[in-house]
Amino acid sequence: MIQFVADGIVNAALIALGAIGLSMTYNILRFANFAQGEILTIGAYFTLLVLGVLGFGIGAMGPVAFGWPLLASIVVAVGTTSIIVLIVDWLLFRQLRDKNASRITFIMAAFGVSLMGRNLITLVAGGEPKYFDFYIPKTFELLPGMKVRPDDLAIVAIAVIAFIILFAFMNRTSMGRQMRAVAENPTLARINGIDVRAVIRWTWIIGASLATIAGALLAHNTQLRPEMGFDMLLPMFAALILGGANNLYGTILGAIVVGLTEALAVYVGLSGYRAAVTFLVMIAFLMVRPQGILGEKE
Amino acid sequence: MPEPVLSIKNIEAGYTPSLPILRGVSLDVFEGEIVTILGPNGAGKSTLIKAIAGLVKISSGTVSLEGRDITGLATHELIRERVAYVPQSENVFARLSVEENLALGTLHNPTQHASQRRRVLDLFPDLEHLGHLAAGKLSGGQRQMVAVGRALMAAPKLLMVDEPSAGLSPKLAQVVFAQLVQVKQTGVTILMVEQNARAALQISDRGYVMAEGQEKVHGAAASLLENPEVGALYLGAKSRMARS
Repeated sequence: MIQFVADGIVNAALIALGAIGLSMTYNILRFANFAQGEILTIGAYFTLLVLGVLGFGIGAMGPVAFGWPLLASIVVAVGTTSIIVLIVDWLLFRQLRDKNASRITFIMAAFGVSLMGRNLITLVAGGEPKYFDFYIPKTFELLPGMKVRPDDLAIVAIAVIAFIILFAFMNRTSMGRQMRAVAENPTLARINGIDVRAVIRWTWIIGASLATIAGALLAHNTQLRPEMGFDMLLPMFAALILGGANNLYGTILGAIVVGLTEALAVYVGLSGYRAAVTFLVMIAFLMVRPQGILGEKE
Repeated sequence: MPEPVLSIKNIEAGYTPSLPILRGVSLDVFEGEIVTILGPNGAGKSTLIKAIAGLVKISSGTVSLEGRDITGLATHELIRERVAYVPQSENVFARLSVEENLALGTLHNPTQHASQRRRVLDLFPDLEHLGHLAAGKLSGGQRQMVAVGRALMAAPKLLMVDEPSAGLSPKLAQVVFAQLVQVKQTGVTILMVEQNARAALQISDRGYVMAEGQEKVHGAAASLLENPEVGALYLGAKSRMARS
């Protein structure tokens, strides 16, 4: 029974890494970015590309089946994915902002980017699954009845480090404060001299960076497919809404609930229905607390 | 005659180009003054201050700061010109702490953060012990202090305040007005929009009375307090001057 907790936490770490970007675009750019899944996918494929160029495989760190080559590839992929995302913003979303487009226009534009991104990845990289490297996963018993892989612990550790850096950035740096200010009141932020365009650039960079990490770690755990990010979109949105759309800590809590629920559904033999089970839990919770776990009533 | 800190000449502005709210408004604010803009609801007082702040589009006329044309300057660039604006409502970042609110005031002069913070806390000592609290948890008067304090962190030469007494009890409003006098004494020029005419004029050097998007009367604060037409405009009735 306790095994689902281990599986759920790893799942939650990956969902949370992807959902943070969703939360930030929702709060700062004020639209639901349906292309967030493709950012995750592009990040994973860029990581594969860099791994191929380096030619060292994924390396190893003691019992963990990946090492510096994968980590270095992720760092490079974070940079390239961020550049791609900033170009898309400059070409598309900036134009819509300048024309005061409605939220639904932004959402439909994001849908378009999502579709184009997925098709482009299929066109360039092919539709068949790909792998970073072949390795034999080893497990050990962390607690009685709970087996984990060292890689799972490493994935959770990377996610936790990423969240600590993120929250330190948001709370201790001037740009972090500016981002929180724009999320709360964009007009007052402008009155204060905050350059909203710079805040928007940072929003995309942070969201793309965390999504790239999520995509690369998910690909390491499973496989690369053009649909891998799209398949994560619903759990990421569920985490965002369940946690409280205007609270980053809430998004992480929401991801934990979604990750555990999905793992529990698999554990009890409802693998094919895990998305439905997750959404049932989410709807039941939101009927009691519509603003989500840590969200504020609007 | 010295050059005004702020000079507005014949501006027309509004939310839609075909329907200007301001119709040819002019005013001057000189260094060290408190100038209050008065008028009934819908007179265009807040629109005027928002137009100066770049939040409402100006279709004609000019806004000059110490002789330089700043008409149409982007809102986020105004603070670089050392013009700070405190809106009437939602004027603090409620989820950010008081200290974080103040820190956002020195984005363009971060090296002055410590000295400006000291200056603001000397003016508003009550904020000293509230630094860690989220601004949204504060009372109306405390929020107003945070809002004005954050604006002062930018070391402005001109402070524009939109209805600082709105939503406050008469006693608290008097405290806020007294604090604005203290701000003036530190060398900051103040342009204020206010509904509370009598209290505002008592601390002001000069005033402008607006109605229907136009400036109707202006003069020394003491003379406006004695002017029966000012009262007439406040009651929403058309003044003799407006009819003429």
